[in-house]
Amino acid sequence: MTEKIHTIESDLVRQSAATLASAIRQGDVTSEQVTAAHLDRIEQVDPAVHAFLYVNREQSLGRAREVDRGIAEGKISSPLAGVPIALKDLLATKGIPTTCGSRILEGWRPPYNATIVERLEAAGVVSLGKTNMDEFAMGSSTEHSGYGPTRNPWDLERIPGGSGGGSAAAVASFQSPLAIGTDTGGSIRQPAAVTGTVGVKPTYGGVSRYGIVALASSLDQAGPCARDVMDTALLHSIIAGHDPRDSTSINSPVPDVIQAALSADVRQMKIGVIKQLQGEGFQRGVLERFNAALDLLAGLGAEIIEVSCEHFQYALGAYYLILPSEASSNLARFDGMRFGIRRGDDGSNSVEQVMSATREAGFGAEVKRRIMLGTYALSSGYYDAYYGQAQKIRTLITRDFESAFSHVDVLVSPTAPTTAFKIGEKLDDPLAMYLNDIATIPVNLAGNCAMSLPIGLAPEDGLPVGLQIIAPAMADDRLYRVGSALEAALVDQWGGLLIEEAPAL
Amino acid sequence: MTSTAFDNVIAEFEPVIGLETHIELGTQTKMFCGCSTEFGGDPNTHVCPVCLGLPGSMPAVNRTAVESTIRMGLALNCSIAPWSRFARKNYFYPDMPKNYQISQYDEPLCINGFLDVTVITEDGPRVFRVEIERVHMEEDTGKLTHGGGAGRIHGATHSLVDYNRAGIPLIEVVTKPIAGTGSLAPDVAKAYVTELRELMRALGVSDVRMEEGSLRCDVNVSLARTGESWGTRTETKNVNSLRSVERAVRTEMIRQAERLRDGNRIVQETRHFNEETGNTTSGRSKEQAEDYRYFPEPDLIPVAPSEEWISELRTTLPEIPSVRRARLQQVWGISDFDMASLVNAGALDLIEQTIHSGVSEQAARKWWMGEFSRIANERGCDLVDLTVQPLDIRQVESLIASGDLTDKLARSVFEGVIAGEGSVAEVISRRGLKVVSDDTSLIAAIEQALAEQPDVAEKIKSGKLQAAGAIVGAVMKATQGQADAAKVRGLLFELLGISE
Repeated sequence: MTEKIHTIESDLVRQSAATLASAIRQGDVTSEQVTAAHLDRIEQVDPAVHAFLYVNREQSLGRAREVDRGIAEGKISSPLAGVPIALKDLLATKGIPTTCGSRILEGWRPPYNATIVERLEAAGVVSLGKTNMDEFAMGSSTEHSGYGPTRNPWDLERIPGGSGGGSAAAVASFQSPLAIGTDTGGSIRQPAAVTGTVGVKPTYGGVSRYGIVALASSLDQAGPCARDVMDTALLHSIIAGHDPRDSTSINSPVPDVIQAALSADVRQMKIGVIKQLQGEGFQRGVLERFNAALDLLAGLGAEIIEVSCEHFQYALGAYYLILPSEASSNLARFDGMRFGIRRGDDGSNSVEQVMSATREAGFGAEVKRRIMLGTYALSSGYYDAYYGQAQKIRTLITRDFESAFSHVDVLVSPTAPTTAFKIGEKLDDPLAMYLNDIATIPVNLAGNCAMSLPIGLAPEDGLPVGLQIIAPAMADDRLYRVGSALEAALVDQWGGLLIEEAPAL
Repeated sequence: MTSTAFDNVIAEFEPVIGLETHIELGTQTKMFCGCSTEFGGDPNTHVCPVCLGLPGSMPAVNRTAVESTIRMGLALNCSIAPWSRFARKNYFYPDMPKNYQISQYDEPLCINGFLDVTVITEDGPRVFRVEIERVHMEEDTGKLTHGGGAGRIHGATHSLVDYNRAGIPLIEVVTKPIAGTGSLAPDVAKAYVTELRELMRALGVSDVRMEEGSLRCDVNVSLARTGESWGTRTETKNVNSLRSVERAVRTEMIRQAERLRDGNRIVQETRHFNEETGNTTSGRSKEQAEDYRYFPEPDLIPVAPSEEWISELRTTLPEIPSVRRARLQQVWGISDFDMASLVNAGALDLIEQTIHSGVSEQAARKWWMGEFSRIANERGCDLVDLTVQPLDIRQVESLIASGDLTDKLARSVFEGVIAGEGSVAEVISRRGLKVVSDDTSLIAAIEQALAEQPDVAEKIKSGKLQAAGAIVGAVMKATQGQADAAKVRGLLFELLGISE
């Protein structure tokens, strides 16, 4: 065991969450030491990456010491007890600043914790801080943060994906072994793909939304981010489960994702390749890696079948009506009356003028764009043509999935059509930015679950490529079964995880 | 507002009215969170992340509120939708924490019912069937107080907001247009709201405290020239008492008739009701009406009550107030008018409880509709707020029967009880309220009165027995009212050797 301790202490930040938890459990290292090592790493690399919006060293270390005592006294026992985590700044954290990446919430400290945060605390997982994101989760690059962009650890000139770029970059740059993201149209999966990490959007209703600031309530879902499939499964198992405070949360047992990750077996499984999510618009190297991964899966004993999902071509259009509609309503509460910043309150303005000035000053351009789109789409006279039609398309997409899953176990596609693009490259072209989520959006519209897994580097730019695995609602375990089998085969090929290849910072 | 003006309206026009009534449900907790619904807490003390609309918080439906709404729907003869949804009504206003209200829009829980209401006319009672369009659930808003001006938003320098009321469950009962009521339109409106209140109370879904603003009515009125199709309607908002409902319909009918006669058209608009003057003033017109951008509330799953649940709730319905009133009216043998005034006074339950405690029907009615109503009126409160219990009445009645109290003394006892001087026994002893039944002192008092008024004594002796009142009165005065008048009268005649 002595040798093991040495290895761990020499580079605690490069270990998996499972390894750290087991070392803490066995007393080889304390949560305080592990937490301190990650805080040191944050101090060292985050000035360049800018994954975090808020870190409180003393608070995290204090919590780690509490957890150490809890573990020693046998009060805390979970598969991740003592392991640090980074939380997307969309999660309400009691007494800790929560900005959602927006200036409008500057200085707001929620008086309550999100259900996920409570579950993590009960499991002895230690928060390192809050991660950067596109403002109110609107974006695919984290460039729309009100606090400056996050950079991709693989190439600091490139985007880390979005909206959860901070969470993915924190994990990819070894600042945290685990992170929580949220995924409304791909905000966990696309950042995972472009940073060479693993991310899962659980089944809608699988993880409580209580305390997660809503972007589009019918699409939002929080999920786990990590560097390997097993860590992702461990985190998934802790945050998932029914919550009476979220009426849309599903009241049935959580699929056994840990067992599925352990089984790592795709023999006799039928894997459908979505015809509409390859080809035009997809980068050559992305498709190359994707096809190689399919060969690997076939080699592992899976049957690869091409599947057509006819209505996916309408997904992006429907999504950009439903999301702004719900967002325009969800974001109405940010008016300077009860929390966050307030502008124009000098006694000369009416309440409407103060609300308007606050929103003008506090919201960024992308947020305003979507609020206007949504307000228009819900207006009387337009509702049926826009919101109503979009809901019909949503039903058709759900049916496409149902019909596909009647003859395959999972579906696969590239997670994103391209590798990480350059910061600023698509900022002036919202449509090009929106297209980056073309493969991930249908899953949110239908409410089922999906994982993004690193499958190698695109030859032309040497940047990570992600493969998306999609399973039916409440069959999240299938993601882990396929993901861990493919990961094992790739690790065999590479001699380690892809993330080990990332340049040192 | 003269009755002539109103009669002139009816001569020329036929009114159509419609009522939208919001009533706070009497649940322990709010519509979408666990906060208390208790009235009158310090501002912003019954609040939590959900009813404050804090970012990230989510609503969860109060099952009791759904249950109350279904029971109300059943009592109003509605169909209960097997599947209904909440929607968001979007508009910016600082009393609304989320800047949208969770309400029901095109998919209400209860639809197509009716409520029969009785109006007492000179020709006797008339029953009108008011058709119900829908009953749905929604959440209340917070309460704004405007400071630095006249208490109104105009001229205010600042406003304070209290979110204790935000999220309190409301049900909204919407009628279909009510036509054919003619001159009785204001009375039908009032009778309808009264009946609705009685129904809510009988169901136990709300105690309908109007003085706490727990019932608010929007009154729609339009006029058509007799025989022509319906005119343009106005909607008078926030009419908050039974009397105001009646006045609002009446004044709006008169106002519209005057405009139409002058050749003006009626603008479709919302109007404000002034409680002091009884007049309505223009609010915003339909052209400026807000677009609420309704859409299904994505944070809540549909309300889908099972048939079993609905049947189970049907078995919990009490006797419908109108049926109960008819039954009691017959048992007590009282007139329509008496029954109506008794219901208006909110005395029905109290009288019934008093009778159950062993008091005669007549005595129970006499106390509640007489002395107690007078005191409640004086104090400007409801009968139920007086501290008198049915058992107090029974106790006092038996003391009257045994001759220990006179009616007059009994009134003094209740006056003391209501003033908080203690129980019936305590008030009697503290106020020294005992009938003077000692014959010797009564006879002495009678003799003194006769000596002071010898002419009266002569009148009585000559057979004018009604003159005895003067002597009895003097004796009552001398004994400070603590004598039994009948007894004094008996002794007087005995003394004068007269037999009645």
